[in-house]
Parts: sequence; C-alpha cells; structure tokens
Amino acid sequence: MLNDFLVLMKQELVVTLIIFILLFIKVGSKEWKNEKLLNTVNVLLLLNFAAGCIGNAEGSLFNEMFIGNAITALEKNILNLGTFIISLQSYAWLKNHKHVAEFYMLLLSTLLGMFLMISSGNLLMFYLGLELSSIPLAALANFDLEQRRSSEAAFKYIISSAFSSGLLLFGISLVFGTTGTLVFSELSAALNGSPLQLFAFILLIAGFAFKISAVPFHLWTADVYEGAPASVTSYLSVISKGAVLFVFVSVLYKVFRPLAETWYHLLFVVSAATMIVGNLFAIRQNNLKRFLAFSSIAQVGFVLIGISGSSQTGSAAVVYFILIYVFSNLAAFGVVSLISALTNKETIDDYKALYKTNPLLSWALTIALFSLAGVPPTAGFFGKFFLLIAGTGKGLVLSYVWITIAALNLIVSFYYYLKIVKAIFMDSNTTPIQRLQIPAVSKLALFICLAGIVLTGLFSFVYEYIYSLSPVF
Amino acid sequence: MSPVPVTHILFVSTALFFIGMYGLFTRRNMITMLMSVELILNSVNINFVAFNKYLYPGKLDGIFFSLFIITIAAAEAAVAIAIIINLYRSHHSIDVEDAGELKY
Repeated sequence: MLNDFLVLMKQELVVTLIIFILLFIKVGSKEWKNEKLLNTVNVLLLLNFAAGCIGNAEGSLFNEMFIGNAITALEKNILNLGTFIISLQSYAWLKNHKHVAEFYMLLLSTLLGMFLMISSGNLLMFYLGLELSSIPLAALANFDLEQRRSSEAAFKYIISSAFSSGLLLFGISLVFGTTGTLVFSELSAALNGSPLQLFAFILLIAGFAFKISAVPFHLWTADVYEGAPASVTSYLSVISKGAVLFVFVSVLYKVFRPLAETWYHLLFVVSAATMIVGNLFAIRQNNLKRFLAFSSIAQVGFVLIGISGSSQTGSAAVVYFILIYVFSNLAAFGVVSLISALTNKETIDDYKALYKTNPLLSWALTIALFSLAGVPPTAGFFGKFFLLIAGTGKGLVLSYVWITIAALNLIVSFYYYLKIVKAIFMDSNTTPIQRLQIPAVSKLALFICLAGIVLTGLFSFVYEYIYSLSPVF
Repeated sequence: MSPVPVTHILFVSTALFFIGMYGLFTRRNMITMLMSVELILNSVNINFVAFNKYLYPGKLDGIFFSLFIITIAAAEAAVAIAIIINLYRSHHSIDVEDAGELKY
C-alpha cells in the first residue's frame, strides 16, 4: 500500500519536497544570495523533470480519488519541462527581486494542484486541484507589488476564477443531485441526458471555458496577461492552460461520453467563436503580451477542434499540440519577458529593427511565431495538422464548415504573426532597443525551446509515442 | 407537521445563485463583488447538503464536498482581500471603475 502510494504519487511528492526545501531555506537563519538560490532551484527543477521520466506505474489510490497511468505521467512531464524552461527564463527578472523563494513556492503549489487535477478520478479531487492551481496564481499575478497594473490584473484574475469555479460547482452539485455519485467511472454509467443533467453539463463547460479562456469567457485573459509580470504570463498561458486542456479532454471523454452528441455541437460553436474573436482582436493589438494573449485564445479554438474528435487520435493530437505549444509559446514569451525585464519595452513599435541590434533574439522570436502560425518546417504545422485530422476526419457536413472556418482563420493569423516579423526585420527605427547582454541561462532556455520546435516536428516517433500511450475509446 | 420538500430548498439555492450573479455584475465595490461570489458558493453548499439529505441519505459525499467548499472559499477570500488591500495602496480606492488601465 505504502509502496503503491510512493510510486504512483512520485511526481507530486517530488514537487512537495521541493516546496518544503524552499520553505526551509526561506525560514532558515542564513540569508541566501539570489543567484545561488536561483541556481539551486533550477537544478532542483531539472531533477524533478528527470525523476518524472523514470519508473511510472499504473493504478489508482484512495478509492479512485487519484489515478495514475502512462498518459497522465507524460502530461505531468510536459508541465514539468515547461516549468523548468519558465524558471530559466525568469532568471533575468528574479535576479534583482526581493522574494525569490516565495515566487517558487507559489509557482510549485500551482504545479502541484495541476498534477492532482490531471490525476483526479473524482469530482471533489478535481475541484481541489483546480483551486490549488488557481488561487496561488492570483498571488503570482500580483507579484510586482508596487505596480498598479499588476494588482489590477490580479484582482481581475481572482474574481473571474472565483466566479468560474462557482459556475463549475453549481454544475457539479446538479450532477451529484441527478446521479448520486462523484466518481468518474460511475458517473459515465449514471448519465442519461435528462434536461437537468444537460443544464449541469453546460455550467461545467462554462467553468472549463473560463479556465481555458474560450469565447465567450475570454475577457479576463488579455487584461491579466498584460498586467501580470511576463514570466507569470507565460506560465498562465502555457502551463495553466495546458493542464486544464488535458483535464478537459479526460473529463469529456471519460465522464461525459453519453452526451457526446451534445458536446460535439457545443464545441463547434465555441471553437468557431474562439478562433474568430481571438484572431480579429489579435490584429489590433500593439502590446506584445496582449497580442500573445489573443493569439493564445485563437490557439485554444484549434485545440477544441481536436477535442471534438472524441477518439484516440483526438486525445493524442491534443497532448502533442500542447507539447509543441509549450515550446513555441515559451520561446516567444522568453524573448518578450527578457526584453521586458531588461529594457521595460513591450510594444510592437519598440521591436522595430530589432534584428540590427539583437539578431539572436530576433531569430528566436521569428521561429517561434512561425511555429505558432503553423508554417511547415516547424512543429506548429504538424500540431495543427493532427488536430484538424482528429476533429474533422469523420467527414460529417459540419466538418467541412468547421475546416473552412479554421482555414480562413489560419490566413488571418498569418497576417498578424508576420506583421511582427516584418517589424523586426524590415522596418526602421530611430530609437531601437540597444544591444542586450543575454544571461547564459536565458540563452539555454531559448535553445531548448528552438530545438523542441524543430525536432518535435521532424521526428515522427514523438507523435507515435504519444499515440501509443493514449487511452483507446 | 410535514417536512419541507426538496424543491423549496432548491428554489432558495437557485435564487441565491442568481442574486450572487446579479450582484457580481452590477456592484462596483470590490468587497461587495467578493461577497457576491461567496453567495454563489454558498448556494452550491445548500444544494449539496439538500441533495445529500433528501435523495442520498446513505452517503456522505455531498456533505464532505460542502465542507471543502467552505474551506476553499475562505482561502480564496483571504487572497482576494490581500490583493484588494494592495490595490488600495496604489489606487486609493476600491471601486472597480478606478482600476481601468487595462482595456481592449
């Protein structure tokens, strides 16, 4: 029993251990230098990622409260990798910050919450994981305490996340009322599609849509992404969103399979609206963080296409896309957060003629944007390709409409991604960003991201490996 | 005396849910908005306890769930109030209209 517990919950336990190590460092009598602390944390996070990759088992604990298998372990590893990259990227920002240990304690608490959420087999455990992952994030969004915009963003985040969990809970309470159980495996058998259950289902979807910032619940996203510190923004847009998408897939596929007809149409409407709104609003943005916020909203629209497939391909395509999304979005955010930390410049106009002074950063940002747009040699193309195959491969009439909307949106997205590339390479600027001293760790993070963008697209075994792990439906 | 039927209790909880939602959308004071969210969470608590008592008296899932909701609502309120205090220091106001730098 204890052995099962130690093996199955290994990834959670390692994260908890790191939180406690940081706590002891913080309360200890000896004051640590920031550089030393940051290096220690980065090594610990690397070890955390390595420990997650080996020796994973299948099984469930505590009356199916906690379920561990190969695909949940893989999803957690993706999140671990993303957190490690973000930690490397925030080096430049945290080096002169007063509260380094607190930052990592909050960050890892949210990571722990996401792990529990991904592994949950019970709606109670799912709710607890969701809250553990969203409450500390509000504190993180306010991490630059004296910045006005930071506190405004944090307030918007906590109120909208509290409201969305209120909707989600009301849905869960109605599910409990109609079925009498909270366990995932029992729920799918007990659902019969009565009107009350449909209402509960819509409320649950609304709660999820808030967390993944799908239209019509996307309004908080841009404000929070702009106001929060750049590292926290990248965490919000990649790790937090990715974790909720993983759970969304497993909840829809496992629990709400009897209502598949309903959610196929629901996903169509939400995904079409999300793509259109995300893309159209991204065109008119000048602040890069805000721009990336709307671009990430548009990406979620594509993920929803893949989710609608409700097959092994659908589940594998979503995990594969999130892996690529981690690399490409973190490369883009890495450049933005580095420049923001060193020069405080965040608008597209400031990036004009960036290539003349900072060629490395320019190339990194360009490759990342190409991958986000989905240009073939980069991995982003294959990510979107598999999502579209999974979602529209059935050949229904709706599939053709759906794929037309997706194609039109892809064209629009090319326009605004390439607009930034044009600004970097072709425009002239009287006050360009000066030549920046890039810290070695930030360079390392950028190279990991770029290698990920190129290699996950070139080697087909990455997708085949994910496909082989995905559960059969 | 006949017991209160479950529909009456559900009516109260649903009314509370929508009062909370109305308050959240119309009030401009941050503390009041937070209180409205708490109303929503409490309506869920009533739901859980009522379902558990009337429909599934042999189980404890609903009651446990409402206990956890109460705990987490407290944690959420603590963080939200900390953020509001910090926001008050920079804005000198807790009216949401005054915190409007991030737009469109």
